[in-house]
Amino acid sequence: MSTAPNQEPRSRGKAPAGERIADWADGRLGIYSLAKANMRKIFPDHWSFMLGEVCLYSFIIIILTGVYLTLFFHPSMNEVEYHGSYIPLQGQLMSEAFNSTLHISFDVRGGLLVRQIHHWAALIFLAGMFVHMMRVFFTGAFRKPREINWLFGFLLFVLGMFTGFTGYSLPDDLLSGTGVRFTEGAILSIPIVGTYISMFLFGGEFPGHDFVARFYSIHILLLPGIMLGLVVGHLILVFYHKHTQFAGPGKTNKNVVGMPLLPVYMAKAGGFFFLVFGAIAAIAAIAQINPIWAMGPYRPDQVSTGAQPDWYMGFAEGLVRYMPGWEINFWGHTLVLGVFIPLVLFGLVLAAIAVYPFIESWVTGDKSEHHILDRPRNAPTRTAFGVAWVTVYMIGLVGGGNDLIATHFHLSINAVTWFVRIFFFAGPVIAFIATKRICLGLQRRDRDKVLHGRETGIIKRLPHGEFIEVHEPLSQEQLHTLTAHHQYEPAAIGPVVDENGVERKVKASEKLRAKLSNAYYGEDNQIPKPTVDEYKEITSGHGHH
Amino acid sequence: MSSQDIPEENLPAEQSAGHDKHAHGAVSVADEENPFADPGLPPHEHRIQDVDERAAKRSERVVALLFTVSMLATIAFIVAYVVIPNDKSIFVFPIGHISAMNFALGLTLGTALFCIGAGAVHWARTLMSDVEVADDRHPIEASPELRAKVHADFREGAEESAIGRRKLIRNTMFGALALVPLSGVMLLGGLGPAPGTKLRHTMWAKGKRLVNMNTNQPLRPEDVAVGSLTFAMPDGLAEHDENFQDEIAKAALMIVRLQPGNIKDKRELDWSHEGIVAFSKICTHVGCPISLYEQQTHHVLCPCHQSTFDLSDGARVIFGPAGHALPQLRIGVDDEGYLQALGDFEEPVGPAFWERG
Amino acid sequence: MKKLSARRRHPLAAVVVLLLALAATGGLYAAFAPAGKAQADDTSQSLTIKEGKKLYEVGCASCHGTGGQGSSDGPSLVGVGAAAVDFQVGTGRMPASTSQMAQIPSKKVVYTQDQIDQLAAYVASLGAGPSVPTKEQYGPDGADIAKGGELFRTNCAQCHNFTGKGGALTKGKYAPSLEGVAPKHIYEAMQTGPQNMPSFPDTTMSEKNKKDIIAYLNAVDGSKTENPGGLELGGLGPVSEGLFAWIFGLGALIAIAVWVAARTAKAKKS
Repeated sequence: MSTAPNQEPRSRGKAPAGERIADWADGRLGIYSLAKANMRKIFPDHWSFMLGEVCLYSFIIIILTGVYLTLFFHPSMNEVEYHGSYIPLQGQLMSEAFNSTLHISFDVRGGLLVRQIHHWAALIFLAGMFVHMMRVFFTGAFRKPREINWLFGFLLFVLGMFTGFTGYSLPDDLLSGTGVRFTEGAILSIPIVGTYISMFLFGGEFPGHDFVARFYSIHILLLPGIMLGLVVGHLILVFYHKHTQFAGPGKTNKNVVGMPLLPVYMAKAGGFFFLVFGAIAAIAAIAQINPIWAMGPYRPDQVSTGAQPDWYMGFAEGLVRYMPGWEINFWGHTLVLGVFIPLVLFGLVLAAIAVYPFIESWVTGDKSEHHILDRPRNAPTRTAFGVAWVTVYMIGLVGGGNDLIATHFHLSINAVTWFVRIFFFAGPVIAFIATKRICLGLQRRDRDKVLHGRETGIIKRLPHGEFIEVHEPLSQEQLHTLTAHHQYEPAAIGPVVDENGVERKVKASEKLRAKLSNAYYGEDNQIPKPTVDEYKEITSGHGHH
Repeated sequence: MSSQDIPEENLPAEQSAGHDKHAHGAVSVADEENPFADPGLPPHEHRIQDVDERAAKRSERVVALLFTVSMLATIAFIVAYVVIPNDKSIFVFPIGHISAMNFALGLTLGTALFCIGAGAVHWARTLMSDVEVADDRHPIEASPELRAKVHADFREGAEESAIGRRKLIRNTMFGALALVPLSGVMLLGGLGPAPGTKLRHTMWAKGKRLVNMNTNQPLRPEDVAVGSLTFAMPDGLAEHDENFQDEIAKAALMIVRLQPGNIKDKRELDWSHEGIVAFSKICTHVGCPISLYEQQTHHVLCPCHQSTFDLSDGARVIFGPAGHALPQLRIGVDDEGYLQALGDFEEPVGPAFWERG
Repeated sequence: MKKLSARRRHPLAAVVVLLLALAATGGLYAAFAPAGKAQADDTSQSLTIKEGKKLYEVGCASCHGTGGQGSSDGPSLVGVGAAAVDFQVGTGRMPASTSQMAQIPSKKVVYTQDQIDQLAAYVASLGAGPSVPTKEQYGPDGADIAKGGELFRTNCAQCHNFTGKGGALTKGKYAPSLEGVAPKHIYEAMQTGPQNMPSFPDTTMSEKNKKDIIAYLNAVDGSKTENPGGLELGGLGPVSEGLFAWIFGLGALIAIAVWVAARTAKAKKS
């Protein structure tokens, strides 16, 4: 920071107190140069740009309520007899973790509310991150220079899943214990090291006496610590890159149009924090979540039907549920494919969306910065890929809830599972093709709108008797907005013969790239946007119908 | 880290969208040359509150009202916290019988927070300036000069350290840095014991009686009716035991009685007693206590991932993700007529693992 | 008259005839019944069985056989006991319209309790089996709710869910919700193991165990059960919670975001 010590001493005593405090801080922290860059920072207005804020605020809410819960929670698996105020568990043996969670729920004033806010906020945090990530994906906001921030966000989503899962496991109730048992089984399926990892994680055999304490430090310290760092980095990058914006009049790749941070966004974003907090508190007042008292303490020989993880793990649960039970035995070893393949798939599906920006930038070969967002229809292949990915994810969720779907829609659970098995493969393909066609259709419509104007719905009868619909030409603002997007040319392989006439070896990666590029931007894969000449030709004649 | 560090004279990045005119702020008239050209920011339109002072006053009152409601809600929160007994239950339509405390605290807190937010946003939307401003972006990439300077500085520093020349230092340093994390990895060794054969054995052994989990009494064959379902644990295990959870996680047993004629698997029949068969209650998929027994089909379903086993046919898998049959415990009757195990399970119970073989 | 005879073979015809017959017998019985019925236990018992047999032959014999020996359409009823009849008929599962479905659902009860008792007495007379429990057995007095909870989680929750909301079984079968099921019927179900439910006879699950379980269910899934946190969301666990968080949680927040980011109404251009 450029905080030279040669600042002129200001006249004291006259300036208001706030100003004096700010001066004091500036002399030590250099806040003025920071403020200069950021105080009037411009943020564009769009509801979808606030999804990230939903995540940030629910994260803050989770930290606040989480700290409160640690004041009462005992991360211990020592068995105690329950003597609290919930009658149906009186005298039952349970771990101290479960006991203290009951204590929070029934004996700490407001404890139940804080627990419920914490849990609801966690579900909303993950849901918010998912939707935020999809917003960024479908508008192409991950393109240069924001690829690293995309990865930060992706990591936050993945870490959020595991933080949520470890938190869900802490009360040591029958439902979460079943989830932990599942985790143990999944770890055991890892070839070669599985049993060791399991023994090390649980301090011996399952369930042992350690996992609550270990999950506790992972849940409240390790993962949230990393996440906090990533959140700060994510926000710094958002400020540094400045926000993206949709195309529109006056909005270019070199500017950002919106309202300044001070005062409008300070009020809107700050106010939104209170709105999010208030809404979640109200939800926690009216809707019960994770009633551990109804589930009872964990015992490895007890279980309940409808044993599901929280929604963000439902996709993994689904993969495990619809996988066939493959198991290979050889040379005294067992390869538990029935569990290990879903475990690998879980990572691969998540990785697919994480690396997508790098694949796209490789295909386009575009090295320039992008600050204007794409409309999803103008990037049909990307949009189709995204929808296919979401389809895989949603099929996983359906698979994870197959038993409840079976009971609530009066279906056979076997039929639901088979449906999911088939659609795990067919679903994304259908989604890809359908989405691409819809995108191209919408592109065509935009093209017609630009060239022929808006359909007014007014029917006019021409003197010679023909009926036509009156088309109203678009304003220049609209014309600009609909034609502002850039369209790539498909990459060609280039000359196969070099300047000396020697045949050049075309690398396989180059061929692949050309093929992909053609699939993205070739004929039939995007509708050429209207050119000025086309527009003039049509409008000058004006005899169009 | 902040943008003022970027020199202003940086070259703008190559623009892909060639027709983008760098016009911001200016309101340009319709362009005859290029009808698709950016007309620039539209002129600012006034809100009702900008032109009508009465409307602005109304907005002000709404904002103040929201903030006041928030204050009242906080006071209500405090009152509720002090006054409402923690175990008070109320009936709220349509929610049902709920905790009065949770409901009151949540709603007052929610209202207090929500009204602050609503007030602030309403203030921003109606009374703060809504003139859209354009701010210039600066390219992220450094200018070629700056880039060259940084590279040169780095080379200079690297040269001064002589890391390139003194290869011995460099290589030993990398070696040391590569090895030192191993200490940390070693320390993690204390997290748990090596697996050994722990996953292969359970508490069951020859002569251990089957104790009914419901009554804590040893079971007799005549107690177990056809079509019934009973859960058992090994004699000598009690809920208060230190290692109860670890042991029951492997030893839990599911006992059903079939008509001997219905048993299709020969080994199953051999290991049964008068049609009474004892199978591990722990699913071979990932270890859920499987026990959704359908007495007419003899199928047993796992509630976690729907693996289905046929108890009349050696508990083989007939559906779902489990990879192998449920292990069966060989049972017989001791001198006093109680059901007893004739040994441990012959294969590891629960989920499969690498060393299972 | 033609119309009437055309409907003779309607599946409900038997029921209609039965009801008419019952109304007639009931009316006649009411008119002629002796005032004091405490005496002559034996005779009233055999009378009940006789009445039950009549009912049985009209409503049950077509599937379960004239002597209760069973057929391809229905299992043998010899030895199932009065408890089984009281449960099956008392919850409306019997008479079933068809045996061709994955599972016979509970429906509107078609017999009165007196008729059910007669039927039960008749079936009980075919072979010894569990009798209908008394209020003493399933009533709440002396029950240990917490022990009942532990037993419920060991024996019942795997199919019927933590608080008895029901769950899926294989191939379209299901464990029904226990909400609102009479304690007597729950007791009978445990005793007799209706359809695919295994039985939990007194030899492996004592009378006291059953009493405890019923008391626990009443505590956690009764009409007066408190859900301190608010809406129970079906008591189904994370799936319904996740749906709620998406639809009402994130949905509400997005609606708020739309408001926050929306343009404020502009003054009309003059």
